[in-house]
Amino acid sequence: MSTSNFTRRGVLKTGVVAGAGLALPTIFTASSAAAFTNEPTGSSVTLGFNVPQTGPYADEGLDELRAFELAVQHLNGEGDAGMMNTFSSKALKGNGILGKKVEFVTGDTQTKSDAARASAKSMIEKDKAVMISGGSSSGVAVAVQGLCQEAGVIFMAGLTHSNDTTGKDKKANGFRHFFNAYMSAAALAPVLQKLYGSERAAYHLTADYTWGWTQQASIQAATEALGWKTVNNVLTPLAQTDFSSYIAPVLNSGADVLVLNHYGGNMVNSLTNAVQFGLRDKQVNGKNFEIIVPLYSELMAKGAGANIKGIVGSQNWDWKLQDEGTKAFVKSFGEKYGFPPSQAAQTCYAQTILYADAVERAGSFNPCAVAEALEGFEFDGLGNGATTYRKEDHQCFKDVLVVRGAMTPESEFHLVEIVEVTPMAQVTYDPEHPMFAGGQLGACNPGA
Amino acid sequence: MDAIILQILNGLDKGSAYALIALGLTLIFGTLGVVNFAHGALFMIGAFCAVTMNRLLTLSHEVLDPTKKDFLGNPLKVKTPYISEWFGPETGAALIDWAVPLSILLTIPVMIGIGFVMERGLIKHFYKRPHADQILVTFGLAIVLQEIIKYFYGANPIPTPAPDAFRGSFDFGVLLGFDANTIIYPYWRLVYFGFAAMIIGAVFAFLQFTTFGMVVRAGMADRETVGLLGINIDRRFTIMFGIAAAVAGLAGAMYAPINSPNYHMGMDFLVLSFVVVVVGGMGSLPGAVAAGFMLGVLESFASMNEIKSLIPGIDQIIIYLVAIIILLTRPRGLMGRKGVMEE
Repeated sequence: MSTSNFTRRGVLKTGVVAGAGLALPTIFTASSAAAFTNEPTGSSVTLGFNVPQTGPYADEGLDELRAFELAVQHLNGEGDAGMMNTFSSKALKGNGILGKKVEFVTGDTQTKSDAARASAKSMIEKDKAVMISGGSSSGVAVAVQGLCQEAGVIFMAGLTHSNDTTGKDKKANGFRHFFNAYMSAAALAPVLQKLYGSERAAYHLTADYTWGWTQQASIQAATEALGWKTVNNVLTPLAQTDFSSYIAPVLNSGADVLVLNHYGGNMVNSLTNAVQFGLRDKQVNGKNFEIIVPLYSELMAKGAGANIKGIVGSQNWDWKLQDEGTKAFVKSFGEKYGFPPSQAAQTCYAQTILYADAVERAGSFNPCAVAEALEGFEFDGLGNGATTYRKEDHQCFKDVLVVRGAMTPESEFHLVEIVEVTPMAQVTYDPEHPMFAGGQLGACNPGA
Repeated sequence: MDAIILQILNGLDKGSAYALIALGLTLIFGTLGVVNFAHGALFMIGAFCAVTMNRLLTLSHEVLDPTKKDFLGNPLKVKTPYISEWFGPETGAALIDWAVPLSILLTIPVMIGIGFVMERGLIKHFYKRPHADQILVTFGLAIVLQEIIKYFYGANPIPTPAPDAFRGSFDFGVLLGFDANTIIYPYWRLVYFGFAAMIIGAVFAFLQFTTFGMVVRAGMADRETVGLLGINIDRRFTIMFGIAAAVAGLAGAMYAPINSPNYHMGMDFLVLSFVVVVVGGMGSLPGAVAAGFMLGVLESFASMNEIKSLIPGIDQIIIYLVAIIILLTRPRGLMGRKGVMEE
């Protein structure tokens, strides 16, 4: 008769020890090999482009995707290399990034923060994206930037204009090439003074979310510094489509300027309503009534049609600029797609090139090495003239365009005309400026 | 006082759109017993009929102009509308200018056709299904229609201007003894209000004074008995679905100059129009019209700065607040009929 010495407790103990022993090399290997999230190990590297493919900003998102696709082609040595030819840094060789072929996945933000976070999460966890870029809304950008910080990947923001993105919500893993509301105000103020004088009474209609608030505060501060009065600021819901009931009180408010802190479809509708109510034909306080749209986009101008004529605003970039970078980009994009790129496309293309260049210069995809390479980086040849990525807040500083709706469009693409190129020095502010206070950049997170 | 008059006027055009959509909704509910969540999409398709008419009239052939350059430095393609070549530049320009009113001619057959296809192809299979099923299928259909429109026309709003003759505003202030420019109201919104009143009047007259309308009203009251009399009530109800679709489409087409059409505009109106139908009383045509105008005007009042400073955010909840009060005090809505939606 044989007896067994196995006991339940003994088997469990042995199992735990054996399991830990077997797992130890794997844990050790993982921690030593993957020093950061989604470290590329094969012959390719994946970038994640998170743009609105459905919803109200879908057209803008599609243009961003076109630019991303073009940038990836150029990075992989296909096509005419576009702005890589004019870019002041010559680290990129047209053989991918660090010799790895660039591949990309796309996500749909739907212009909703939760959907944008979900698609970015999927691209990071499932597709192993090492960098996320894109966007057409500051609310979305702030949400995705926070997610990338937690996950340990770099976020190269697309179109986001709120001060908060590189202000109170700034993150060490996030970088913004696009300008912001403060810069718009700083660029617009002198032009507004020249065009409309120093004695004006402004009425603001403001989209009720982070971008609207910061833009309104920036424009109010800049115009009040000129001597303008602010008659009222009315917050309008983001979902509003008919603004007539908000426009009507402007008529008898004593204001002689209406500032529309609206973007996309909101701006198209509010401007259309304002023109319908005859505001542009009105005389108040002995002056012509004026309408200002501080942030412009070509797609908004197209949507507004003839109503946009003569309306002053600001842009990050315009395809009609005559520098070599812009010419190269417009040629590449125009020949591929048949129409000129939007400013959203330009900023997304530039961000992709800037990320790839930073990886090459750092010699690593490690987000902390990439961040270090981007911080304080000075460059030229990407369409905006001399530009600096400021270390303190990861905001790009460059010239800002003041534009006006074209009075006599020369073609279907000639929707705005450039009034003035405001030099970088005029739109630069202290990193501790009160409008950007309240947040900390924190430390870079490599993840893993 | 001037601000109050201005907001009443504002509410009238918004109320016109609500009333027209709600009229079609309640017509479909009253006849077919179907809760049609795709009705907002029909409004949107109507607006895109105006866009389509504009595009049809501006169909052009391109000629290269070597004296001008495009954005890539190639010779510019100059577009000349065919219509200007066929009828001369002046007549061509006038036809293009009047694209929105002319789009009525396109909207009516297109919308009746869409209504027939929707009813015969999909909705008739859900007559005897619970309202929840009807809502799900029609809501899904609305999203499909939205995406189709977005595929062909893009997501960006498309400017669709009113004829030049109706640009600018009418100065009501002078008419009422106020200072000039205190109460001004866009001409096209006045046209829209008049047009809505005409359509509403026509639908009521059609139902009230024609034999067809009499049969439909009898069918709405007692479908089975009318069927037993040998009348094909189903066919008439299908026609009513087409008419309801045409009403929503016309409301959308004429609304295009007020707010540039985009693929999502139907959804913006749909929820509010359902509230209008419920407040007016399910199945009640006069109730839908009255509630449409009432809620439109109240919504405008709630947007006044004076009101918003007293109750912040009131502009966003006023319609639902009024709906709750009315349904608490009059559970069947303003003019609801006994037995409708009560089984």
